[in-house]
Formats: sequence, structure tokens, C-alpha cells
Amino acid sequence: MDYLQILSLTLTQAFGVTALIYLFAAIGLNVQFGYTGLLNFGQVAFVAAGAYAVGVIVLTFDLSLWLAIVVGMVVSTLLALLLGIPTLRLRADYLAIVTIAASELLRLLVRSIAFKDVFGGAQGLNGKLGRQFHDLNPLPADVALPVFTWSRQDLWVVIVGWGLALLATLLVWGLVRSPWGRVVKGIREDEAAVLSLGKNVFVYKLQALVIGGGIAAFGGILWAVAKQSVQPDTFQPDVTFFVYTILLLGGAARVFGPIVGSIIFWFLLAGFGELLYALINNGYIEFLAAQQVGSMRFMLMGLGLMLLMIFRPQGIFGDRRELALDAR
Amino acid sequence: MPARTEDKAAGHAAAVEALRDVPQVPGASKPDPILVVDHVSRQFGGLKAVDVAHMEIQRGAITALIGPNGAGKTTLFNLLTGFDKPDSGTWTFNDRSVAGQAPYRLARIGMVRTFQLTKALSRMSVMDNMLLGANGQSGERVLQALLPFIWRGQERANTSRALELLERFNLHEKLDDFAGSLSGGQRKLLEMARALMVSPEIVMLDEPMAGVNPALTQSLLGHIKNIREKGTTVLFVEHDMDMVHDISDWVIVMAQGQIIAEGPPDAVMKDEQVIEAYLGSRHGSALTDDGASLTPDAQGGNS
Repeated sequence: MDYLQILSLTLTQAFGVTALIYLFAAIGLNVQFGYTGLLNFGQVAFVAAGAYAVGVIVLTFDLSLWLAIVVGMVVSTLLALLLGIPTLRLRADYLAIVTIAASELLRLLVRSIAFKDVFGGAQGLNGKLGRQFHDLNPLPADVALPVFTWSRQDLWVVIVGWGLALLATLLVWGLVRSPWGRVVKGIREDEAAVLSLGKNVFVYKLQALVIGGGIAAFGGILWAVAKQSVQPDTFQPDVTFFVYTILLLGGAARVFGPIVGSIIFWFLLAGFGELLYALINNGYIEFLAAQQVGSMRFMLMGLGLMLLMIFRPQGIFGDRRELALDAR
Repeated sequence: MPARTEDKAAGHAAAVEALRDVPQVPGASKPDPILVVDHVSRQFGGLKAVDVAHMEIQRGAITALIGPNGAGKTTLFNLLTGFDKPDSGTWTFNDRSVAGQAPYRLARIGMVRTFQLTKALSRMSVMDNMLLGANGQSGERVLQALLPFIWRGQERANTSRALELLERFNLHEKLDDFAGSLSGGQRKLLEMARALMVSPEIVMLDEPMAGVNPALTQSLLGHIKNIREKGTTVLFVEHDMDMVHDISDWVIVMAQGQIIAEGPPDAVMKDEQVIEAYLGSRHGSALTDDGASLTPDAQGGNS
């Protein structure tokens, strides 16, 4: 068995395009859930909004990708306002219910036959979605990296993606260390107390939802650009829960939590997968078939998460003392 | 602390002097009211929880709002501070109508409350709790937040004001601790200090002494008196008569949603109606300050 190759494939996925997409969603969720305490169970809707903005603008309307990015930001802002304005004055659970329902609604809407001309129905939108981005690729040819095995195209996405992810992290860092960040953390701890101190809690929650949604939409834009394909059924609710897993893994309300969480999540998921494939192909495991690996790796992942929650419930970066405190 | 005792006398004397000629009847008008309430009512199902025809709160005094459990004290608090909406009624703060205003607006114009169940922001430091009280911090706007040079100066000024207050409330050694790690009494102190960070004209304390041990109660009372001495009006809810007697300049008694008596503490405690409300009718002994504390519901404590 070629352990080095398994490691190489695993690391490529841990830092790769899919991990980046989830990373953006997790950075956004960190603003919403980690710092402000908003139970957004529909983060996948913001990712879908970004991806479909690219798909529709570039493919359906044959317009520029750069316009699509702007549209993606506008759509995600509108989505945040649409979800937030009726629910954020109510108790926290209402946002949770509305967001998870809205994310499914959105998925069913874009895959519906009625809007097939615009959103492409169940097949989605497939074509040269990221052409304008890939045309800018300065890399001459496939670059031979020591560990990673990205194609020229993927490497370009990964470089820009990580640059933007670091920028988004910097933005979050700047926000949460400021007095603004103090107010939203206060809202997470006790809304009524912050309200009694003269802060318009509703506006802060709306701002957090918009900012977090916008960052997640960037993940969706990256998705469309990198995979050159947008399909409705990839935006299932479980994406949101993987994003939660990533956030809790790294430590909620930690600036670098999403980055570490995303890398570890995809390292474990890809690692279990590659390892199991190799073991099956080499005849070490006979009770499993190769097509069962996909489900098996999620089981192992679940086990890993359980162990983490037992031995380090605060996540990698979390502070255990905080956990010991009663939140209210 | 001789200096403080002297101060105490000054603020107390002024308040007593100002309230001397006020008639001791429910809804009596005061010489200089900061808060005037008219016909405020709130119904929960078939129960009229609050039905206050008229109430005035004297500026610069400590006014106690007392009454047995379920009298509607906390509900009235919630209504006046915008945390609940009344079925009817108006009220003015500094002659300005503020009925129906959002809680955060009321806080900004100088009407700040605390809560019966202390709301310390547990996973934030004591200092951050304090700084949250400061208003007008431009770094709390999302765009300015990213430009520290805009808000650094304000932050420094607020920090030194917070330090002064923390020192006054004996919390200055805890400023980096999580608020959630403080004891119950310290949380009460922090909540009070945090309310003062808003620079209020009136602080409304909802049962500031609930769940605090007797030793700390004395120092808490001292702090409340101190708030008045600094020129801030205090309105507080309590149902322990002894504490009320010790610190208040004026007492308003509520029962079944209505104001049934008003007056200086000594007079109110001898009022037949008040005794009846607390102990039920035909109870023999009068209420005196001989140390018999009158907590009608010692185990419950929440109205």
C-alpha cells in the first residue's frame, strides 16, 4: 500500500476546492452563530444563492462573471433581509425554523420545471461558468507541487480561494475585536440586557446575518467557478450541518476556528475514504465493498466527532472555562 | 467613611425636604417629577395585572415600589421600559412622551433598568460588560468598526470611566474575569455599575436585593444610596419592607395592579391598607421597624 499517496490525496482534499467552499460557509456561520448566537440552519441557502447567481448570470443571461459576483452579493443580502426581518424580532428558534425551511424551498424552487429556463431544473446549470476567471490564470502549466496534486485550473482556484478566505477571516477579526463585535457577543449572551443598555439589537442581528450570508455566498460563487456546474441537489440541508460541524470542530467564536475546522473535517473525511479504498483494493478488508466507502467514512467521521465532543467539547481553539459558564 | 456619610445626608435631606409637602395619597403629584405615568393598564387574559391611574416619580430621590407578590410591580417596570406593551396609557420622561418607545431608545435618553434575574453577560469579561453600557461609541457602527483609529479614543475614555465605576463597586480586581465567574452578589453589583455606564438620569432596579446574602445587602444598599448622591434618580422594586425603610425617600405601594398608598416609608408602614395588602385583613399587629422583616413569600420571592 502506498501510504504516501493516500496522505497526498487526503491533503489535497483537506486544502482543496470543496474544503474552501465549506470554509467560506463556516466563516459566515461563525459571525452569525459563533459571535451573535443566531441559529441559522439554512446556511446552504446562501451558498446556493452565490452559486446560482453565477450560473444564471453567466449561462442563462450570458453576462459577465464579475457582474455575477455583484449579483451574488446582492441576492444573498436580500435573502438575509427576507429571512431576518420577520424572524429576528422573535425568539431564536423562529430563525432556525424559517432558515431551514427557506433553504429547502430555495432548492425546490431552482430545481422546479416551472423555472427550468432560468435555473436549469434538476440538471442545474452546466457550462463554462468560470471562463472569465480561468482566463486570468497566470500559471503556465500544471505545477508539480511536493504533496498536493492539483490541476493547473484547481491550483488557480485554490490560490485565489485561500487568499479570499484569509481576507474574510481578517474582516471577521476586525469586526469582532471592535465595539461592534462586543455588542453582538452581548446579544449572544443576553439580548434583553443589551437592549436595556441602549443598543438596537434587531439591527445588529440583521447586520450579522447579512455579513455571514455574504461570506457564505462567496463560497457558492467559488463553487460555480471551480466546478463549472451548479446542481440543485448538492444544496441539501446536510451541507448546513457539515458547516456547523466544521465550526464546532475548530471552536465557535474563534477567528481561526473555521479554517482549522474545515481542514480537519476534510482531512478526516478524505483520509478515511482514501484509506478504506486502499485497504479494500489491497484485499485487507473483505467485508466492505468499494461502493460502501462513501457511507463508511461518514460513520467513522461521526465517531471521530463524538470523541472530540467527549474529550474536547470546546473545539480545537475553544476555551474550556467558557463552556463551564452558564450562558445565561 | 465619614465623607460618604455626610454626602448621604445631603442627598437624602434634599429629597425628604422636596417631598415634605406632598400629600400622602395614591397618585400624588410631586414638585419635580422625572417620570409621570397616566392610565397605564395591562391585561393578561382575564387578569388585570397593571392598572395605574396616575403615578409620579420625584427627581433625585430614591422611590421604592413595593407590594406583595403578583401586585404588578415588575409588569409595570416592563411596560415603562418598553419591554412589554400596555393595553392603554401614556407616560412622560422629562416631560417628553415616551409611551411605545423601544427599550433601547429609552435607555439612550436616560432611562435604564436592571432585571430581577441578573443578566450578567457570562462569557464576556467584566470590563466588556461595562464598556457595553457606554453609549455613542462610534465603533459600534459596522463600518466604523473596521477602522480602529475612529473609536480608540472613545474606548480609552470609556475604559477609564468604567474603571472608576468598578472601583466604586469593588469590582476593579475582577475586570478581566468572565462575568459568569462572579458570585450572585457581584453580578448584581456589576449589573448596577453597567447600568450607570449608560449615564442614566433614572435607574430602575428590579429587586436589586433578591438572592443576595444579608452581609452584601448592606453594601448594596450603600451603593444605591450613593447613586442618588451622584444626582441620579432611583426607582426600585422590592418587597422586603425593612430594606425599603432603610433607603427610600418615598414609597409607592401596589396591590392587585393598582397603587393603594404612597408616602414616606414611616407613614406607609403604618398604613392600614398596606398592612392588609401584605398580611391579609384583620391581622393584629402593626408594621414596625422592630426588625420583623415582612417578606410575604420568603421562599418564592418573585412577583
